[in-house]
Amino acid sequence: MRTYPEKPNKVYFFGTCLVDMAYPAAGMAGIRLIQREGVNVAFPQKQTCCGQPAYNSGFPEEAKAVAREQIRIFNKNYPIVVPSGSCAGMMRYHYPELFKNEPDIEGVKRFSERIYELTEFLVHVLKVRLDDQGHHVKVTWHSSCHALREMRVTEDSKALIRQLKKVELVELQNEKECCGFGGTFSIKRPEISAAMVRDKAEDIRQTGARIVLGGDCGCLMNISGAMEYHQIPVYQQHIAEFIWERTNG
Amino acid sequence: MAKNAHFDFKTNIDKALGNRQLRTNLKSAMDYLKVKRSTLFDDENELEELRTLGNAIKRRALSQLPQLLEQLEEKCTQNGIQVHWAETTADANQIVLDIFRQHNARHLVKGKSMVSEEMHVNAFLQDHEIEAMETDLGEFIIQLAGEPPSHIIVPAIHKNKDEIARLFHEKLPNCPYTEEVAELNAIARKTLRQKFFEGEIGLSGVNFAVAETGTLCLVENEGNGRMCTTVPPVHIAVMGLEKVVEKMEEVPPLLRLLTGSATGQLITTYFNMITSPRKEGEKDGPKEVHLVILDNGRSRILSDPDLQQVLQCIRCGTCMNHCPVYTRIGGHAYGFVYPGPIGEILTPQIEGLDEAGDLVSASSLCNACEEVCPVKIPIPALIRRLRNENYADERDGTVPGYGYKKNFIEALSWRGWQLMNTRPAIFKIGSKLMGLFGNRLPQVGPLKHWTSARTAPRLAPKNLHALAREEGVDNE
Repeated sequence: MRTYPEKPNKVYFFGTCLVDMAYPAAGMAGIRLIQREGVNVAFPQKQTCCGQPAYNSGFPEEAKAVAREQIRIFNKNYPIVVPSGSCAGMMRYHYPELFKNEPDIEGVKRFSERIYELTEFLVHVLKVRLDDQGHHVKVTWHSSCHALREMRVTEDSKALIRQLKKVELVELQNEKECCGFGGTFSIKRPEISAAMVRDKAEDIRQTGARIVLGGDCGCLMNISGAMEYHQIPVYQQHIAEFIWERTNG
Repeated sequence: MAKNAHFDFKTNIDKALGNRQLRTNLKSAMDYLKVKRSTLFDDENELEELRTLGNAIKRRALSQLPQLLEQLEEKCTQNGIQVHWAETTADANQIVLDIFRQHNARHLVKGKSMVSEEMHVNAFLQDHEIEAMETDLGEFIIQLAGEPPSHIIVPAIHKNKDEIARLFHEKLPNCPYTEEVAELNAIARKTLRQKFFEGEIGLSGVNFAVAETGTLCLVENEGNGRMCTTVPPVHIAVMGLEKVVEKMEEVPPLLRLLTGSATGQLITTYFNMITSPRKEGEKDGPKEVHLVILDNGRSRILSDPDLQQVLQCIRCGTCMNHCPVYTRIGGHAYGFVYPGPIGEILTPQIEGLDEAGDLVSASSLCNACEEVCPVKIPIPALIRRLRNENYADERDGTVPGYGYKKNFIEALSWRGWQLMNTRPAIFKIGSKLMGLFGNRLPQVGPLKHWTSARTAPRLAPKNLHALAREEGVDNE
């Protein structure tokens, strides 16, 4: 079990490339949720991507170059909050692996120690109390594999949803199973990925939920794309945006 | 070993995904096995301790493998077991054939063994006019169907009861059609009983070989393994050289991990410990026991400190049961003997990346396999490593066939990606262009694959960098 620090004065926000391009509102919501607790947020404008796409695709040198750049940019000793279990897992657990034979490995490890997934940070460090102001709604939750099995923050995300009094959380039947995104997997093995996401979309439909929430935009993009393709009328949203909308009265 | 020159993963995958019956069979079987496992291992802390112990035992064994193998040979020889070393599967087959020739034997009864599958020993013996009969029920079924196993523990898992009923009716002489499981079992039992009488030599695998005592341990549920190793006058056991452990006391935890992970059983119906041939005055057991220890690339794999972890595997198959890819395409699509996650990291190392390197694409790196592996093999990390090897050049490639995927277009794309993500000025221009035109890109290349099953992702006109800037969020 990870030990968490006291509430800091300031944090870094690492937006991730997918949030940046496709879900910027989720990123802003994450920043606001942290600011609301009286913590300053810095968003270094030079940040880009964690490097995971190349890391998982057989191009470690390219991944390393991009990772090193993030380590250089986020150089002050603030916690780094990431609105994605997968990118957080990359920076927390895979950077030390990626740089294990490099002279600056100790610095990389100290960087990795500062990484927190957003919902984990909201629950354990900021200890947020949410005041739900929305109407009754039935939602379901999809956990990314890396939030579940690497960062192990799924219970934190669900705990936040359960704080919202008028939100009914229905769990998925095959909750622990991958949605078939897997980054470049979805385009390198599109047939298998399609079969996986089709099943996930069906599981979501069967919950009767109106919204599927997630903490990882890769999964959300995959699942919502498949649901739209198969005309399953369930709305998708990143958890940060959902919480912000319901508690920002 | 025969190279699989026609391995075409894409065609195999499409064929498997198109088979609705296969997917239904697999899903219900895998769900059943997963529930059985989690019901048995209901104490998370206890399981974690056990897995840590299993990992330590296998790692320690690998760290002193040459010595342990020598000790095993010495002990076995003292006990009267004849030990043979086979560098290749061809060598192993020749050893088996020589034993048949010594005895003028023509009939083999086989217990379940993945190493024997690796050797393709049935086909080899058939070429020498020797009948090899599978006696494990699942293996018996697929041998009738003329198929290889689709799973390392439950080889006929891709077939349902009705398919087996039809198969028995068509392939077994005078077999009436029945869908009753008890009747189907009785038919198989009766057929096999006759074969056990005819078998002159029995062949089995080995789950654990204990160096300090020279004991061969064999795990099974049907009793056919005990029949194969005790009824015929000659018993040949085949094992991969990674199956040796140092001490007898290491067997119980490994056995518990194996049966619990594989089928959710606390213990199997049969657990055989073979330490010698029939001794004087004993009334049963084979008069000769042979142990064939196969390398087939394993000692080469052992020389890499990371990749050698694949040799910790105890062949429980739980990585398959928990794999979302395996559950959808089944074992045959993987094209070689070992399917699923373990096959992805073992097969390319044995066969070479140029033959089987494409297998490592069949993973979303979801880590489900790593989470359940009883000996904690970091399967996703090894998949990543082999993906690197697929593109590696002379400086850092080590696995045979490395670099077979290297191509200019992909290398250039990732270089471009690196440039965009390390130069803020280029990133800014790139983001702006994506915001303007990203939603109007033609559906070719990666986007074409994406939109074969999903609508195209919609990019925001303003990215988070721009929003944060406008909202006055600090830059540092």
